[in-house]
Amino acid sequence: MANLKTSAKKTKAQSMGMHTEVLTGKTQQKFFNPDEAENFFYWGTHDVDFNKRTELDVKDMDCKMANDKIDRLMSEGYGTIVIKNPQGKHSLGVGILNKLNLIFEGSLGYFGVGSIDGPIVKVNGRVGWSCAENMMAGKVIVEKNAGSCFGAAIRGGDLICKGSVGARTGIDQKGGSIIVGGDAGAFTGFMMQRGRIVVLGDVGINLGDSMYDGTIYVGGKIGSFGSDAVEAPMEKNDIDWLNRKLSVAEIGNNFDVSKMTKVVAGKKLWNYDALEPTEKKGAI
Amino acid sequence: MCGIAGLIHRGKSSNVGKELQDMLQALKHRGPDSTGYALYADNDGQNFIMRFKVGENVGEGSTSVNEDESVYDARKKLVDKKLSDLGAVVVKEDRLTPYSFRYEIKYDKDLMDFSKNIESIESVEILSIGKSLELIKDLGDATAVSERYGLDKVKGTHAIGHARMATESGVDIKSAHPFWGYPFADVSVVHNGQLTNYWNNRRALENKGMRFMSECDSELIAVFLAEKMRSGATLEEGMKESLIGLDGVFTYFVATKDSLGMAKDTMAAKPLVLYESDDLVAMGSEEIAIRSILPQEITTYDPFDGEVKVWQI
Repeated sequence: MANLKTSAKKTKAQSMGMHTEVLTGKTQQKFFNPDEAENFFYWGTHDVDFNKRTELDVKDMDCKMANDKIDRLMSEGYGTIVIKNPQGKHSLGVGILNKLNLIFEGSLGYFGVGSIDGPIVKVNGRVGWSCAENMMAGKVIVEKNAGSCFGAAIRGGDLICKGSVGARTGIDQKGGSIIVGGDAGAFTGFMMQRGRIVVLGDVGINLGDSMYDGTIYVGGKIGSFGSDAVEAPMEKNDIDWLNRKLSVAEIGNNFDVSKMTKVVAGKKLWNYDALEPTEKKGAI
Repeated sequence: MCGIAGLIHRGKSSNVGKELQDMLQALKHRGPDSTGYALYADNDGQNFIMRFKVGENVGEGSTSVNEDESVYDARKKLVDKKLSDLGAVVVKEDRLTPYSFRYEIKYDKDLMDFSKNIESIESVEILSIGKSLELIKDLGDATAVSERYGLDKVKGTHAIGHARMATESGVDIKSAHPFWGYPFADVSVVHNGQLTNYWNNRRALENKGMRFMSECDSELIAVFLAEKMRSGATLEEGMKESLIGLDGVFTYFVATKDSLGMAKDTMAAKPLVLYESDDLVAMGSEEIAIRSILPQEITTYDPFDGEVKVWQI
């Protein structure tokens, strides 16, 4: 396994304003060992074949019925599932932990495709609040607009909205990338901890409020900066990454990323001080 | 949580009673306690429509005290006497439930004095007065209230409605939405959220002669806007001032005889999904409200923080 403490990747990430904290102590994280792949079992996952395709009309189903049906189709090996008539229903496509091509022909309500780990999702409509919340890996592409809390607490993967998104996009984000083709509302990147947010249009007030780490790139106007969010110089690494990411996301064709504003944590808030808990109490 | 919905047809009328019923029924999970409709109907515009109640619905989980129906009859007689004393002529009257009435009246004097007189009778509340506005609210879900009052055939240009989960006040009609923008004819308000400076604003508005019928924080929005309009502000100006004057998290709709507006607080903490085309605007707390009347694929969006919009019929 690569040594992240000394790798060029880490140095590059640090130069972009990320991963600057030093993690010490024991970690709960167990790393995947390819030599023991046959012993590795990820509960709730299925082996699917992308070439095995089916359609599912959920017009007369509630979300539990629809999600159960998707799970059953995956257990039968279907790797490409097209969902017809989602009609703004809530919590569709949640908890999918394996690779899958999932296509929604319509719009989703709240908490669509939450807690996923691996699928490629395309929504040919709009998504409501908290789309892809807690996503671990995978890719979600929304063709139209999205509601508030888009990508709340995502830990990895790419979340792309070609339209505009509501308030608190990327709240509590812990990794991954969120890319928005249009505008974003207030409190974008609120308390984000890692990862990257890219907004090609304007953003509302309190951008990056109380962010711990991570990076936000804004192409348009900024309503106002939130507490401890500061502008940082754009580096070549930023420009390269943005060009590559926008190209992969098929968004912002010919957009001049060099003119974007880069925002990072100023790290002046109380949680970055060196006080002991008892001293903090005294200060409060 | 509560659910709000609204729609406006521009340049034509439609079956807004049934459309709003479907939208509110789709939002039932957000507010099962009571449902309210403010329908802007195709009335002839000659007379005022006064909707009022003389008591509460004491069934369906109500927190109100049971009263004998004879008490309602006695109060109705007092209302009729007051109307006669005020010089109002009742052209038509309908008793829709034991406690609620719809009167068509001829009256051309000050509505504020008129309302104060009628509401001086114990437990009598005017739900609305207007030449187009038909404001109906009662306990139960959208379908139950619509069936009880025969709303699914009402034609009109626009409407707003509310599915209420009672949080800050009782399960009763007086705390249900929509709220009439007393003393303005044809003004109604629905709200989703919480207002945190309710009492400060209420005391100030009561000192200016405005009236509150409940302790529901949402009523403040209707009274706040009515007071601004009474001071000469347009509806849109009043709504913009409300973003500063009202503290808390909210999305609300307001409707007048010929317009429909929405406002969202500066934190954008309460949801709203909006569909807008040349001939129809439909909006609700969740997309499924809009999908209940527009199942085909359409483009919708969330208005941003601090946004105010007003549409004309």
